[in-house]
Amino acid sequence: MSVLAQTPGPHDAAPAPRATAFDLRQFRVQHRRQDTRDTVTLTLAPLDGGGPMGFEAGQFTMVYAFGVGEVPLSISGDPSGGKPLLHTVRDVGGVTHTLTHLRRGDVLGIRGPYGQGWQVEDGVGGDVVLVAGGIGLAPLRPVLLQVLARRSDYKRVVLLYGTRTPEDVLFADELEHWRGRFDLEVEVTVDYGPPQWRGKVGLVTSLIPRAGFDPATTLALVCGPEPMMRYVGSALVDRGVPPDRVRLSMERAMDCGVGLCGHCQLRELFVCVDGPVFGYDRIERLLWLREV
Amino acid sequence: MTASIEGTDLHHALAAHCFTRTLSPSFVDRIVEHAALRRYAQDDVLFREGASATEFHLVLEGRVAIETHAPGRGSQVVDTVEPCETVGWSWFVPPYRWLFDARAVTDVVAVTVDAVALRGLCENDPAFGYALMQQVAQVMLERMRSARVRLLDMYGTSTR
Repeated sequence: MSVLAQTPGPHDAAPAPRATAFDLRQFRVQHRRQDTRDTVTLTLAPLDGGGPMGFEAGQFTMVYAFGVGEVPLSISGDPSGGKPLLHTVRDVGGVTHTLTHLRRGDVLGIRGPYGQGWQVEDGVGGDVVLVAGGIGLAPLRPVLLQVLARRSDYKRVVLLYGTRTPEDVLFADELEHWRGRFDLEVEVTVDYGPPQWRGKVGLVTSLIPRAGFDPATTLALVCGPEPMMRYVGSALVDRGVPPDRVRLSMERAMDCGVGLCGHCQLRELFVCVDGPVFGYDRIERLLWLREV
Repeated sequence: MTASIEGTDLHHALAAHCFTRTLSPSFVDRIVEHAALRRYAQDDVLFREGASATEFHLVLEGRVAIETHAPGRGSQVVDTVEPCETVGWSWFVPPYRWLFDARAVTDVVAVTVDAVALRGLCENDPAFGYALMQQVAQVMLERMRSARVRLLDMYGTSTR
């Protein structure tokens, strides 16, 4: 099938088909929330009169800052139908600098959603473990919202989160709320801690041996910097989680978003269409290869 | 010694702790003879950088911060130690001086072990010494890996 005619999204639950994969919709910034010193969450509403953009947790869009450029961004909002589109953006370069400085009422362009999602439903009936590093918490937020909306479908739910410093903790208010729930285990660790920090300091991998989950029934979803995902994937498998039940969301330089330009190619895989979410059993050998 | 804190049996605690649970029962018995259960209140200092390393701690409950002090920057926590982890390995390597401070972040219950006595046991019984060295090396390996990976500052780098 031509990728140009392909309906974005891998599953039946994905959003309604659109004319082509290159359609650009305009969205207006409804709300801007400063999450940390360099990260904001934008709430976006379509200008074309169409409905909200449906998506599967783990999918991404190509976000265009007019006159500046386009970047792939994971969707951080609630995947249940009818909710506004949310993107959490970190200021790390030219395009993201523009996006993080948009104000209410500003307009941007969006293509998508694209890519393979987490397929959270595979975790029904077992434990779900989310391991996030830094901004990697944003693509896992939709998973947690989806799981919590159908909490009784899952057994233990665990969120393990590592970031740089206490000031870099993303979604701090929500983390505090989630931590207060009796049916959710949330552990946070930072790389560097000031003396007043009472939480954990150390690698996110150090949280895995002590976390309360049954490896045999666990679906583990991991998102963060690639070295972190290598260590976490390995630690989860060491703990006994089957490799095909460990999934990683890969980050590569996606430019077209639809498998044409090849910029995100990882050997035979196109991260934008084959991923960004991959099973550890499929991606592990590539994680250890240099220069791919 | 069978001292206990709130019903905790020292021998049972050592047999279950990650540092000692893979040792043979006879080796654990020897450590028990030189160990005691202790409680530390929040912000108690377990040891100070530069001090002689005469004992080490196997955490049962609570959290301990490994930290250092820099003039003008105050204290910086470089690691935390949780239940089933070990506070300190400098007691095993000459010159037996602590490289960092250790402070209880919360109330802590730990098995505190007489390091001087244990070094003597290692000298006299190479098999015991080798078994203990493997455990200490594991602690050192984990701490080194943790420090090196964090040197990458993974969460601070990206491109677009």
